[in-house]
Amino acid sequence: MVPPTDSKANDAEQSIGNVQLDVHLRIRRIGYIDATGKVHGALPEFADTQELIRLYRAMVLTRVFDEKAIALQRTGRLGTYASSLGQEATPVGVAAAMRSDDVLLPSFREHGAQLWRGVSTEELLLFWGGDERGNDFKGPREDFPVSVPVASHAPHAVGVALAMRLRGEDRAAVCVFGDGATSKGDFYEAINLAGVWRLPVVFVATNNQWAISVPRSAQTAAETLAQKAIAAGVEGVLVDGNDVVSVRAAVETALAKARAGDGPTLIEAETYRLGDHTTADDASRYRDDAEVSAHWKSEPLSRLRQYLTDQGAWDHDDEEALLADCAAQMEVATEAYLAAGPWSPEAIFTHLYATLPADYRDQLAALKREMIND
Amino acid sequence: MAVMTYADAAKTTLAEEMRRDPLVWCLGEDLGRGGVFGQYKGLPEEFGPQRISDAPISEAAILGAAVGAAMTGTRPVVEMRFADFALCAVDELVNQAAKARYMFGGQTKVPLVVREPMGMWRSSAAQHSQSLESWYTHIPGLVVVCPATPHDNRGLLKTAIRSDDPVVYMEHKNLWALEGEVPDGDPIPFGVARIARAGTDVTIVSWSATVHAATEAAESLASEGIEAEVIDLRTLWPWDKRAVFASVEKTGRLIVAHESVQVGGFGAEVAATVADALFGKLKAPVKRLGSPRVPIAYAPPLEDMLRVTPAKIAEMARTLVQQ
Repeated sequence: MVPPTDSKANDAEQSIGNVQLDVHLRIRRIGYIDATGKVHGALPEFADTQELIRLYRAMVLTRVFDEKAIALQRTGRLGTYASSLGQEATPVGVAAAMRSDDVLLPSFREHGAQLWRGVSTEELLLFWGGDERGNDFKGPREDFPVSVPVASHAPHAVGVALAMRLRGEDRAAVCVFGDGATSKGDFYEAINLAGVWRLPVVFVATNNQWAISVPRSAQTAAETLAQKAIAAGVEGVLVDGNDVVSVRAAVETALAKARAGDGPTLIEAETYRLGDHTTADDASRYRDDAEVSAHWKSEPLSRLRQYLTDQGAWDHDDEEALLADCAAQMEVATEAYLAAGPWSPEAIFTHLYATLPADYRDQLAALKREMIND
Repeated sequence: MAVMTYADAAKTTLAEEMRRDPLVWCLGEDLGRGGVFGQYKGLPEEFGPQRISDAPISEAAILGAAVGAAMTGTRPVVEMRFADFALCAVDELVNQAAKARYMFGGQTKVPLVVREPMGMWRSSAAQHSQSLESWYTHIPGLVVVCPATPHDNRGLLKTAIRSDDPVVYMEHKNLWALEGEVPDGDPIPFGVARIARAGTDVTIVSWSATVHAATEAAESLASEGIEAEVIDLRTLWPWDKRAVFASVEKTGRLIVAHESVQVGGFGAEVAATVADALFGKLKAPVKRLGSPRVPIAYAPPLEDMLRVTPAKIAEMARTLVQQ
């Protein structure tokens, strides 16, 4: 099959010696709603007012979730937390493009996507509170847990797609990671394998410009991250990651292509990490406040709110009611999370093996004796 | 009763399991030509390229994809070609496969077999000869299997493929052509050792190819009136403490012999466990016999010097019995 990229060798008459081959790289860049809320071109079919409001609500819930999680961490009631402040459009747009039986392989800033797909706020708090019960989702059973290691879940996505193909299923895998992940060998190996086997996978590189303290400019000499796909014979697409409509449109197109058997896509979603890397980080030590302030002007929520307001579909009262809703939802989730109580220490052994080897039964008995003695 | 080679025993089992369960499939480099050691010969023709998947040279992605596919309900068998090459993919094995069930709160399982042919074979040099089984015994969540005979390479592989846990399956390259009786195709459970030879004077615990050196040593010791009991652990995690304790209680003497580097080898774990549990019953110090802590030499005479031979084992046993 012909690669979907626009690369071709110069097929001028063959000659012996040094020959120049012109390889053409072309990346599509997708953008619908700009930072001021203005629309460029016709919006995609899905983007009616009702659906845009749904997407907006999901992004606001994501932001409120982040605020609450940070507040819980600061008061000693949650573990180290990675906020998605400023990037909400990417996870929400990704999830909105997926079918429920597709499989999401998230990194650690994708709670917006997880919430959309039915992971509960309580489960997410449990996970970030250091409790693995939070990964045992009641909703999307086949979605993968948060991958904290960088890019190691990219090959998993290839395997998920292989399993789907082996069973002849009409499904796809969507793997989300950051800009730093595109410097890892796992990433290159994964896109190469997905490309050569034309597997139904969509890779989304959320380029938030910072890998902890390493800026995008120090990450790679490549002009875009999307173009890294081209060497693997995979299509690379650049998208405005702060426009939820653009992200959803790009992922929908890539998923349709994947399902049609036309192989994987790498989508680079350009966004900006407005917050710290995690609650264990203080970004003001390594980046200018002026840079952050400038990026607040293109953050994802205000542009869609502006657009909806301009359409007469959203007003101050709607906004207040939504914020109150989200806050109430978080209060209920927080209460349930705090009431969950710690997992029994015996749980360390519960999920280690299908059947616990005899040696562990001795260790478990020893632990129980200790617990009684304490 | 069928006689087959160690390699054919595994191949026969793999084919049976693939016929039985359409979700069993293989992934690795050089599988399309039947495997670098011919362990997959005929399988590409029978099962096609989707189930005998020939992969680019990309160990991390191969193992990572297998982890993803295992977590999505299939049963991949991954071929790493040489245990040494698996090191390119060990992050996926140690940080992902071993931990996914636990870190996912039990929502998932990783039914995965990772075949890692190991050991010294025809002067393959330092990067193609290592025995790294002890590394994996250190990782909670993994099962470690080191079959020594064609029968075990059949029964243990069957158990490995049916297991819901990630199994590091380490076949010894020098055993591929070894012929032996394979009485049946029944699965052999993990954690049950095999008494390769019964004896009363000294216990020799081993696994993989060194079991055969130990048995040969025991035969020569018998002519001198020393009866050695040889225990083949078969699986290092879980390992059959009960069988080892029962034997050492009887003999009062223990040698643990393995091809891998002696320092930090699994022999240290066996020796320490026995010394701890049976201190009062030992008639002599617990001994280990492994390779010196040097890279495996390329030059055949130097490679030979590093081997744990029947003569070395027998010499150590004689010394122990005289104490």
